[in-house]
Amino acid sequence: MRLLNRSAGRLSRHRRGPVAGLLVILLGLLMAGGLFAAFSSSATAENSADGLTQSQKIEAGRKLFLLSCATCHGQNGEGVVAENGESNLGPSLVGVGAAAVHFQVETGRMPMAATGKQAPRKPAAFTEQETEYLAAYVASLAPGPAAPTKTDYDLDAVKGLSADEQRDAIVRGGKLFLTNCTACHNFEGSGGAMPWGRYAPPLKGVAKQHIYEAMLTGPQQMPVFSNNVLTPEDKRDIIAYIYSVNDKKQTPAYGGFGMKGLGPVAEGLMAWLVGIGGLVLFAYWIAAHTARTHKKEDA
Amino acid sequence: MTDNVAKSNGTTPAAVPASGLAAKGSAVVKWADDRLGLATSQKKMIRKVFPDHWTFMLGEIALWSFVVLLVTGVFLTLWFVPSMGEVQYQGSYDQLRGVEMSQAYASALDISFDVRGGLLLRQMHHWAAMIFIAAMLVHMMRVFVTGAFRKPREVNWLIGGVLILLGVVEGFAGYSLPDDLLSGTGLRIADGLIKSTPVVGTWMSFFMFDGEFPGEAIIPRLYVAHVLLVPGLILALVAAHMLLVVYHKHTQWAGPGRTEENVVGYPMMPVYAAKAGGFFFIVFGVTALMGGLLSINPIWKYGPYDPSKVTAGSQPDWYMGIAEGLLRIMPHWETHIFGTTWSWNVFLPGEVAPMILLGVMMMWPFLEAWVTGDKAEHHILDRPRNAPTRTAFLAAMMSVYGLLWAAGGNDLLATQFSLNMEWITRFMRVAVFVVPVLVFFIAKRWCIALQRHDSEKILHGYETGIIMRSPEGAYSERHLPISGEEAYRLTARARDNVVAAPVNGEVEAKGARAAKLRAKLSTWMFADNVQKPTAQELEEAHHHAEHEHELEAGLAHAADGHQFDGHHDVAGEELRH
Ligand code: HEC
Ligand code: HEC
Ligand code: HEM
Repeated sequence: MRLLNRSAGRLSRHRRGPVAGLLVILLGLLMAGGLFAAFSSSATAENSADGLTQSQKIEAGRKLFLLSCATCHGQNGEGVVAENGESNLGPSLVGVGAAAVHFQVETGRMPMAATGKQAPRKPAAFTEQETEYLAAYVASLAPGPAAPTKTDYDLDAVKGLSADEQRDAIVRGGKLFLTNCTACHNFEGSGGAMPWGRYAPPLKGVAKQHIYEAMLTGPQQMPVFSNNVLTPEDKRDIIAYIYSVNDKKQTPAYGGFGMKGLGPVAEGLMAWLVGIGGLVLFAYWIAAHTARTHKKEDA
Repeated sequence: MTDNVAKSNGTTPAAVPASGLAAKGSAVVKWADDRLGLATSQKKMIRKVFPDHWTFMLGEIALWSFVVLLVTGVFLTLWFVPSMGEVQYQGSYDQLRGVEMSQAYASALDISFDVRGGLLLRQMHHWAAMIFIAAMLVHMMRVFVTGAFRKPREVNWLIGGVLILLGVVEGFAGYSLPDDLLSGTGLRIADGLIKSTPVVGTWMSFFMFDGEFPGEAIIPRLYVAHVLLVPGLILALVAAHMLLVVYHKHTQWAGPGRTEENVVGYPMMPVYAAKAGGFFFIVFGVTALMGGLLSINPIWKYGPYDPSKVTAGSQPDWYMGIAEGLLRIMPHWETHIFGTTWSWNVFLPGEVAPMILLGVMMMWPFLEAWVTGDKAEHHILDRPRNAPTRTAFLAAMMSVYGLLWAAGGNDLLATQFSLNMEWITRFMRVAVFVVPVLVFFIAKRWCIALQRHDSEKILHGYETGIIMRSPEGAYSERHLPISGEEAYRLTARARDNVVAAPVNGEVEAKGARAAKLRAKLSTWMFADNVQKPTAQELEEAHHHAEHEHELEAGLAHAADGHQFDGHHDVAGEELRH
């Protein structure tokens, strides 16, 4: 049910977009194609939930790709060099793998609205199924990292762990997080600045599989943490740590209001605004208060 | 000096209405006094008079937050272990259990999670530290802008400067103690600053850390400085500071009955003491509330210090903000001579520039005294507008401070307001030189405009808002004279004296250059000021006013429209013609 609602939400959100009409038609075509495929004799063991074979998925993905992505990434995903000949409109996607597509499309980064310094996070423009087709197509260009499964990225989904083992995994994840990620994403995952107006976004509220895929594919200036650098367990534990420190039940706000976890600068502002500001008002009040005593003495 | 006090105080003690309880209380006091003789010997002290103004309480905020620091700090020492020895954390914070860390960090975590009320104490201590230094700064600004640093209070001004410096050192030492990631990063920067000192830098760093950074010695050493050495010095200097305030007596604002020879206000006992004591509880209450409700330095999120780690959002406490800002905007200048590196990019912003900023502030009273040649004592405060150059100078210094502080948080400005860090840096490099000049100019003109407004009020009275129309059809606003008290307040200041440059040949060559400089500075400081009206100008103005009254005298009734000036009942009134 939740799944359905989510894709419905995405559809209606996406209907507001400028290419909505086209995409609806395309979707209709796809469904017709899908129905056709389901009833045709070529259905084999490769059949998945939607009844498409792998090659049909790739074909469906290619169509979507030509429509929404090719202007920047080229007809065959080979990338497009910008007119000035130096930068890319969009880089080559050969070998980036399905994981990169899932990450980029599901976090709404792709299709990029306009070439800018950094594709911002926004509501996703494609349904889960469409994303899968796109991923299948891009993965078909050359082998690359595949999308992770739930047991890869979710500690809770791993069966047979005792409470202690779970905690140890989180502690381990914390160490890895502080070693590998805080330099850019801040100690609480509140995000940080990168040179030239780019930024490492906050990690709070990012879906587990997207954190995993981000590490695996290294979007933009983020380094790639391949499985040789951080094993799948390492990645899983990092994700568990990020979730545990941001979960109000596991880690309550011990110290009180945390000022967005931005560190000493926010604290300094508080010291001035609330601390000194408040105390100066009190000083003013006390000084004014004496004047009243004075009047009473006169009377 | 002291005999002035006795003279200015009343001779009969204030009568206390003897209610039952009070009578009992005074019996106890009498019993104690008969045996200890305290009240008699301290009579002068008890009858000491303090003038009353909210800005005179800013220093008290510093004093009371220092007391809060001492109290909470003593509690923290009960549990804190100042050692860099490795232990495995086994406390109740889940996400770090089993992690290897220093005893210092582990004990700070224990205070936060396993000592009852420990986190409250830690947070109160930290908030009080932030407030302590901020309060010193605002207190210093008030002393500066009112000219309270003038003779005989120059020494107290200097003591204050040392206190600020000690406060910053104390705060930095405290920030470094828990040995979390931010502490260590701060120490790393301090290490870099020390190493950048030409010639002796590396040696000093090895001396301080007892070897290569971070070593094993720094936390125990900082601990001694933080709980013993620096607080002892601060305490001694605060005592000296307060004694001097009592000895000089407090300054006061000009007003009828207030002179350079007396102090008008409330006696130490009971009014001032009650107010000051009450204020302590307010400061304590505010720090307690902040400590209880606002998170500060959540060390468990930073993790233990490890030289190989860093985190975005590493910043020092606010009072180190200007050093941080200077470091961040400094261009990358280095000199290499004979295989040695001279890191101007760290040495200048980290060591030289902050000292220059503080030094200039500290020297200002002496500069001003030299320029004016004024040797008189001053117990009546200047209104900020009546010293436009001084006030504008402070405003300019404040703008430098604010800009550098912002530069120290350039990464947060970038993420929170979607800006580009490099452009912020470039902007700041120019702004720290240009903005203060603009601020100086605007503040000075503003003060002079206010002075002019005061003169107008003295000469022509205040604007009543009543518009008069003359028989010829011209409109003018009615002015009424200001009260005697206000006139006194506005005119109670000396005329500024602009020192003339020596005529050539008049002064022998040796002193001539200094005299010329002095004349230049004097012109810069005072030439544009608006002086209070002379007696003659006042006379003329009054004459003029009388003349106007004569012109109006022909009217049988008050000029029409007057009935609507808000001072009369206007029911049934109409415009007469
Ligand atoms: C406006 C131009 C534009 C459009 C349209 C666009 N992209 Fe991109 N894409 C880029 C740029 C530029 C980058 C590299 C910068 C970045 O990662 O933000 C990129 C990066 C990517 C990456 C990451 C490559 C890597 O090395 O990890 C993937 C995957 C991707 N795009 C997929 C898509 C897909 C799928 C679509 C269509 C739904 C699409 N893009 C549409 C411009 C575009
Ligand atoms: C060198 C800096 C750097 C490091 C180190 C780094 N990241 Fe990133 N990260 C970035 C940048 C920059 C982006 C933004 C990419 C974009 O917008 O295309 C990013 C994006 C992400 C995102 C996507 C967030 C979103 O809003 O969708 C996640 C998740 C993430 N990083 C997790 C991690 C984790 C986990 C680590 C540690 C293993 C890590 N990063 C280490 C720079 C870094
Ligand atoms: C430990 C920090 C400090 C404490 C506890 C403290 C406390 C006080 C108190 C309570 C007073 C009397 C009331 C007042 O005028 O506010 C005072 C006066 C004064 N302070 Fe401070 N102060 C501190 C730091 C400073 C600093 C940093 C300066 C300046 C550099 C300074 C300069 C002065 C001067 C010149 C006076 C006399 C003011 C007058 O009589 O009008 N003090 N201080």
